[in-house]
Amino acid sequence: MDASAAREPIHLVVNGRARDLAVEPYALLLDVLRDDLDLKGAKRSCDSQVCGACTVLVDGLAVSACTYLAVEADGRSILTVEGLAEGESLHPVQRAFVDAGAVQCGFCTPGMLLTTRALLDENPAPTREDVLHYLRGSLCRCTGYRKIVEAILAAARARGQASAPARVE
Amino acid sequence: MLRPFVLHRPRTAEEACALLARLGEDAAPYAGGTELLLLMKLGLLRPRHLVDVKRVAGFDDIADGVRLSIGAGVTHRTVERSAAVQARCPLMASVARHVGNVRVRNVGTVGGNLAFADPHSDLATLFLALDASVELVSPRGRRELTLAEFVRGPWETARAADELLTSVRLTPWPASTAAAFVKFGVHERPTLGIAVALRLDGSGTGRARVVDARIAIGCVNPCPARAPGAEARLSGVALAELEDVAGEAAALAAASADTADDLYGSADYKREMVAVFVRRALRAAAARARGVAPVAGFPHTIVA
Ligand SMILES: Cc1cc2nc3c(=O)[nH]c(=O)nc-3n(C[C@H](O)[C@H](O)[C@H](O)COP(=O)(O)OP(=O)(O)OC[C@H]3O[C@@H](n4cnc5c(N)ncnc54)[C@H](O)[C@@H]3O)c2cc1C
Ligand code: FES
Ligand code: FES
Repeated sequence: MDASAAREPIHLVVNGRARDLAVEPYALLLDVLRDDLDLKGAKRSCDSQVCGACTVLVDGLAVSACTYLAVEADGRSILTVEGLAEGESLHPVQRAFVDAGAVQCGFCTPGMLLTTRALLDENPAPTREDVLHYLRGSLCRCTGYRKIVEAILAAARARGQASAPARVE
Repeated sequence: MLRPFVLHRPRTAEEACALLARLGEDAAPYAGGTELLLLMKLGLLRPRHLVDVKRVAGFDDIADGVRLSIGAGVTHRTVERSAAVQARCPLMASVARHVGNVRVRNVGTVGGNLAFADPHSDLATLFLALDASVELVSPRGRRELTLAEFVRGPWETARAADELLTSVRLTPWPASTAAAFVKFGVHERPTLGIAVALRLDGSGTGRARVVDARIAIGCVNPCPARAPGAEARLSGVALAELEDVAGEAAALAAASADTADDLYGSADYKREMVAVFVRRALRAAAARARGVAPVAGFPHTIVA
């Protein structure tokens, strides 16, 4: 059997938009996102799950798109960095990164933002230790991490304040 | 880039084994792919057929009976968060929480970890210490092997080509067991992993004694190994004296370790580290048994 001929239909929701694609079973999610869907936010760097530059969320869970078959995403919902902002207004996590100066060259930033998003969805009030634990395997060669951790803690605080019940006057 | 392959997605273990038997060397079981796809990208493995085990019925179950059974397809993340695992074997949940990074934990499975038999597996070391066994299924039927029987050497197991790992099972040790897993490393994968489990008699009476000790050493050796000399030294030791004896037991463990030179360090260095970390692991377990938090803050060290 000629494996290369066998494309498989997959249905996914990418950044809120339904997509029907046909992909080879050996296509990696990262290549499908970057080449077929022209979403270049997720980057290929280590190609071996150690750096986090290719991080996307699949049904809310962070995965390395560099080592994840596109067919596994069938029927699931994918969030890439392009889907974080609402139009021109930045997602609170993005805003926190900008405010804290947690972005230098920006190469790691899409992965950092999505990892943060997954962390805060799971654990809205993380400690510094929780943040460091979750960031294992998310590498940044510029910032020295300090400002990234500050940004994440600030994003968590901002979110806590926004969702705190309004005080009765 | 991956070389072309055909992906099979059987729903039953019988179907999966029949595929593996028919396709022979051309096929590989595939779960999360966190190891397999890496090797395929590098061209080190070139299977033309992948047999996905994730849809096989029962492979993602955690069964909480007399024994605790973790399906081969259960991810590290699911183990970490499972209420049953947290209640019956909290050390397992804690070790799962520290595997690799969150992306590997979200996708990588317990079965894939054990079947791959990387010497740097934390799970194999832990399960060896906890007397766990694995179940395998093939067209010839089912069989159960202890972890020591299953892991034969680096990347080598007793699994036949048409066999699948279905689950890992263990009888949880009593809640009063003093246990700790300490891992050390500066790379993504650990340089050293030490599991200790000490069954205590008379705990809570202030006169608790070790009645059964397990020490397993991982990463530095070709496959995880127990340290029988150190275990024997600890048997009968009072909890109150454990910290004093820890150094001696640690030296015995280091003497028994089959360390080798590699990129993670020289054999001598690793032997030295075994002594240091067995001592720390014993002290951590002893501290927990007394209800205090283990000393933390050693560089590049995780106390699970
Ligand atoms: C960056 C990184 C860091 C890591 N850090 C750690 C760590 O700190 N500690 C640790 O313990 N591990 C670590 N690992 C290893 C990790 O735990 C494994 O990669 C993972 O559990 C493998 O599971 P998988 O489902 O992805 O296996 P796959 O990649 O799908 O398969 C691995 C192997 O097992 C075979 N296989 C899979 N399932 C079965 C089955 N049911 N029956 C028979 N054979 C099967 C496959 O054919 C293949 O040979 C790390 C891995 C990476 C990539
Ligand atoms: S490129 Fe995928 S983790 Fe580094
Ligand atoms: S900002 Fe440059 S790698 Fe992180």
